[in-house]
Amino acid sequence: MEHVVIIGNGVSGITAARHIRKLSNKKITVISAETEYFFSRTALMYVYMGHMKFEHTQPYENDFWKKNRIDLLKAYVQQIDTSNKQLRLDNGNFLAYDQLIIATGSQSNKFGWPGQDLKAVQGLYSYQDLESMEKYSATTQRAVIVGGGLIGVEMAEMFLSRGIAVTFLVREDRFWGGVLPKQEGELVARHIRQHGVDLRFNTELQEILSDKNGRVKAIVTKEGEEIGCQFVGLTAGVSPNIQFLKGGEIQINRGVLVNEFLATNIENIYAIGDCAEFCEHPTGRKNIEQVWYTGRMMGETVAQTVCGNKTAYQPGVWFNSAKFFDIEYQTYGWVHNELKENETDFYWEHEDGKKCLHLVYDKTTKQLLGMNTFGIRMRHEVCEKWIKEGRKMDEVMTYLKDANFDPEFYKQYEDEIVKQYNQENGTSVSVKKRDWKRIFSS
Amino acid sequence: MKDQDSLSIAQPHPKGIDFIQKLGLVISAIGILILLVAWGGYTFQQNGLFLSLSLGTIFLGTVIYAARTYLTQPAGIHNNGIWQKSFTNRGMWGWLVGIVLTGFYVLLYWYPQYLGLAQNGEQNKGLVALFDPLSQFFKGQPASQWFMYGTIYTLLICSLGIKFMLKYRDNRYQAIRTLVVIVSQLFLAYLIPEILEGFSDSNHYFAKDIKNVWPLNYYFFQDWHLNNMLEHGGNLGMFYFVVGLFLFLVFTPIITYYVGKRWYCSWVCGCGGLAETAGDPYRHLSSKKISVWKLERWMIHGVMVLVFLMTFASLYGYFTNSVTFLGLEIYAYFQRPYGFLIGAAFSGVVGVGFYPLLGNRVWCRFGCPMAGYMGIIQRFKSRFRITTNGGQCISCGNCSTYCEMGIDVRAYAQKGQNIVRASCVGCGVCSAVCPRGVLKLENGPEEVRVKDNPILIGKEEIKMDVG
Ligand SMILES: Cc1cc2nc3c(=O)[nH]c(=O)nc-3n(C[C@H](O)[C@H](O)[C@H](O)COP(=O)(O)OP(=O)(O)OC[C@H]3O[C@@H](n4cnc5c(N)ncnc54)[C@H](O)[C@@H]3O)c2cc1C
Ligand code: SF4
Ligand code: SF4
Repeated sequence: MEHVVIIGNGVSGITAARHIRKLSNKKITVISAETEYFFSRTALMYVYMGHMKFEHTQPYENDFWKKNRIDLLKAYVQQIDTSNKQLRLDNGNFLAYDQLIIATGSQSNKFGWPGQDLKAVQGLYSYQDLESMEKYSATTQRAVIVGGGLIGVEMAEMFLSRGIAVTFLVREDRFWGGVLPKQEGELVARHIRQHGVDLRFNTELQEILSDKNGRVKAIVTKEGEEIGCQFVGLTAGVSPNIQFLKGGEIQINRGVLVNEFLATNIENIYAIGDCAEFCEHPTGRKNIEQVWYTGRMMGETVAQTVCGNKTAYQPGVWFNSAKFFDIEYQTYGWVHNELKENETDFYWEHEDGKKCLHLVYDKTTKQLLGMNTFGIRMRHEVCEKWIKEGRKMDEVMTYLKDANFDPEFYKQYEDEIVKQYNQENGTSVSVKKRDWKRIFSS
Repeated sequence: MKDQDSLSIAQPHPKGIDFIQKLGLVISAIGILILLVAWGGYTFQQNGLFLSLSLGTIFLGTVIYAARTYLTQPAGIHNNGIWQKSFTNRGMWGWLVGIVLTGFYVLLYWYPQYLGLAQNGEQNKGLVALFDPLSQFFKGQPASQWFMYGTIYTLLICSLGIKFMLKYRDNRYQAIRTLVVIVSQLFLAYLIPEILEGFSDSNHYFAKDIKNVWPLNYYFFQDWHLNNMLEHGGNLGMFYFVVGLFLFLVFTPIITYYVGKRWYCSWVCGCGGLAETAGDPYRHLSSKKISVWKLERWMIHGVMVLVFLMTFASLYGYFTNSVTFLGLEIYAYFQRPYGFLIGAAFSGVVGVGFYPLLGNRVWCRFGCPMAGYMGIIQRFKSRFRITTNGGQCISCGNCSTYCEMGIDVRAYAQKGQNIVRASCVGCGVCSAVCPRGVLKLENGPEEVRVKDNPILIGKEEIKMDVG
C-alpha cells in the first residue's frame, strides 16, 4: 500500500489527509511536533480568555483519526532524505514515504532586535506560545505588543481580558497599514483605543531590556523612550517554518518553492499552506499565502493530485475576515491599502464610527473589484458572484440588500448608503428589496 | 470620531469587580437571604414587607450588577473566564448551586411541607407563607408552593433576562427575543393566569398558562383536567380547551413551518425562557459528542412515545368512562408514572437542578415532547435553517461551544453546509458568538435549504443524516 506522509497537522495537512482518505485507500501518516491532535490555531486567543477550553478548539473527536485510518505521530522531522525517500525524526527513528506533503506552517518573525530572546518575549503562533503566555501573565502588569496586525490585536484583547495593561507599538502611521486603507485603519484604531489600549503609531522598537533574571523589564523605542513592561509580544508577521529544509535537496526561498500543482522540485514531494511559496502564483496573488482558507484549499487540491487526479491550485475570488475586539471585518476581492491607477472607491461610514462599507471599482468600466466591511456581515456567495462577474457599481448598489448577512432584526443601512452614493455620483439608483431568487441564482 | 466614547468608558477592562458591582451583589444577596431564612423554616411576622423587600432587592441588585458589568465595556459579547470560573465550569460553586437547586426541586415536588406548605388545615409557614400576601392579593387565598415557585421563576426570568439583554446588547435579535421571553413569562404565564385564577372556581383547577401547550403540558388531556375545563370551567374553560387544541394542531405546525421551532422554544416557552436567561451562564456545558447526540434522539423520541401513550390511555378512559386501559389502571400505570418520572423528575429536578452540571437545556434537548414534535417538523418541513456563509469559517469552535443544544455547529460550518437540525431552538447564540460572521438564522425557500457550498472544493456529507 502506498504510504503518504504529511509533515504538519495544521489545517493544510489535515485537510489533505482527510481528502486523501476520501479519495483513496492509501496509508496516511500525519506527523507533528506541536500537539497530538489537530486544533484550530485561530482559536488560541479564546482559550486564554476562557471562552473555550483547549479541547474545544479541536474540530474532530479523538477517535475520528482511528476511524478514518489516519495515523498520527508526534515527532519533529529533522531532515528529509529525498534519495532514500525517508524522514529522520528527533526520536532517532526513520520513516519511509512514497509521497510526502510538507505542511509545516509558519513561525513568528523576529527581526534581530536586541533582547528578542529574553524570557517573556514571544510571538503567538503555537500551542507552546499560548502556554508560555499563560505562564507569564500572572506576573505581568503591562505588556508591550510590537507590530500592528491581526495577531497583535488578538494579543491585546487577550491581555486586557485579564486586566493587564497594553502598549501597542505600530511602525506605520496607521493600523495594519500594509493592508487596510486609511479610513478603515482609523476606524480600527479608534476602537482599539476605546478598549483602553495605549496605541502608538510611527513608533518602532529599538531594544528590549532584561532584568536580573533574564526576563524583560522594559523596552526602548527608536525615539529613546523607555516603557516598563513584563512581557513583549512580537507580532510583526510570520514567515514559513522551514529551517529543517535548509541545505537539503528541496528548493526553498522564503518558503518551499512549488509550482501551480503544489509540487516541489523533487518528484512526489509537495508543499501546502503557510510554508509554501509559489514560483509564480497561478492567479497572480502574492506568492506566499498565510491564511486559514488558502491552506484548506491547497490541502483539498493536493489530495486530488496525490490520488492521481492532477489538479492545479485555483482559488476563487479572494476573501478573508477578522475581528478587531468587537468589530468584525470581512473582505472580498481586492481592496488595497492605496488605490491603484485604474481604481476609484466609494466609502460609507456609520455615524457611530464602528461600521463601514468600502467598495473599490474600476474608474472607467465601473466594475466592482473589491469590498471591505466593518461591523456589517456580507453574504459570501453574492459578493463573490458580483466580483467574479465584474458587476457594475449601479447594479451593486441596486441589489445591495441581497448581500447583507447580518442577523435578523438588525438595522439595515442600504438606503442610507445608496443615498450617499447617489449624492456623490449624481446617480439615481434606488435600492431593491432582498430577493431569494437572485441570491441563489448562481 | 466619537471622542466621548472613551470618556464614557472609564476603564473598560478592570481587574476584579468594583464597588458598584459589589453593591449590586450585596443588594440581591439581601433578597436571597430572606428567601433562605424563610426556607429554613422561619416565618416572618410581616410577610408582605419581607416579600416585597426580597423580590425588590433581588431584582434591583441583579440589574445594578449587570448594568455596571456590561455597560462599562464597549458593546460586544465577552465570555471572558467562563471556563475558568468555578461557578460556570463545574467547579465547587457550580456543584453547590446544582445541589441546592436540585434539593429545592425535590422538596417542591414531593415534600412541599418542608418549604412551609400548610398541612391539614394549618396555616402556611416559612417560605410558602412569605408569598401569602401576594397570593391573597391575586386570588384571595393563601399561597401554594406552586404560586411561590411561579413568582420566583418569573422574577428570575425578568431580572436575569435584563442581564442577558445587557450582555448581548449589540445584537438586536437577542434583545428582541429576550424582551418577548420576559413579556411572555410575565403576562402569559404569570399575571394573567394568576388573575384569572382569582375569578375562577378554585376547587376545579385547570392550566391557565395559555402557551403551555400539550404535550409539554402533559396533563391537558387527562380526565380530571378535561372535566375541570369543560364541566366546571365555564366559558373560560371552553376557551382554554379550544385554544389548546388549536395551538397544538394548527398554530404550531404552521408557525414551525415558517420560522422553525424557535418561535416556541426560545421566544415564548417558560422552560426555554428560564434556560435562556437564568441558564445563560451554563449554556456551554452541553455535551457536543456524537454519542450524546445519539442518546438524545433515543430519549426525546422515547418521551414523545410515552406522552402519546399516556394521553391515548387517558382519552380512552375519558371517552369510555373506564379507569383501566388494556387491563391496566390508567392512573397507576400511565398518568402517575409519567407525571413522576417525566413531569417532575426530568423536567424539574434534572432539567433545572442540573443546569450547572449538564447545561441549561437538558430537558429541552433530551426530554421535551413538544420540542420533539416541533423538531420533526423543523427537520423535514420548514423554511428555517442556519445559513453558513460560504467559506468564511475558521473552525474556531465558538459556535459549538456555546450551542446550548449540544449541536456541533462547527462540523457543518467548516464544510460550508447549512445547519438543519431537529434540536436547534434558534436561540441565535451561535451566530452571535461567531467571530467571522459565518452563521445566519433565516427563513427561506425550502429548495436551497440543505446545500453544500461550492466555495469549499470537495463535498462531504455529515455521516449521520437524520437530525
Ligand atoms: C493567533 C492566530 C490567529 C489566526 N487567525 C486567523 C484568521 O482569523 N483567519 C485566517 O485566515 N488565518 C488566521 N491565522 C493564520 C492561520 O492560522 C494559518 O494560516 C494556518 O493555521 C496555517 O495552517 P498550516 O496547516 O499551513 O500550518 P500550521 O497550522 O502552522 O501547522 C503546521 C504544523 O506543523 C508542525 N511542524 C512544523 N515543522 C515541523 C517539523 N519539522 N516536524 C514536525 N512538525 C512540524 C508545526 O508544529 C505545526 O503544528 C491565524 C494564526 C494565528 C497564529
Ligand atoms: S444551533 Fe445555534 S441557534 Fe440553534 S440551538 Fe444551537 S446555538 Fe442556538
Ligand atoms: S464560530 Fe464561526 S468561525 Fe468559529 S467554528 Fe463556528 S462558524 Fe466557524
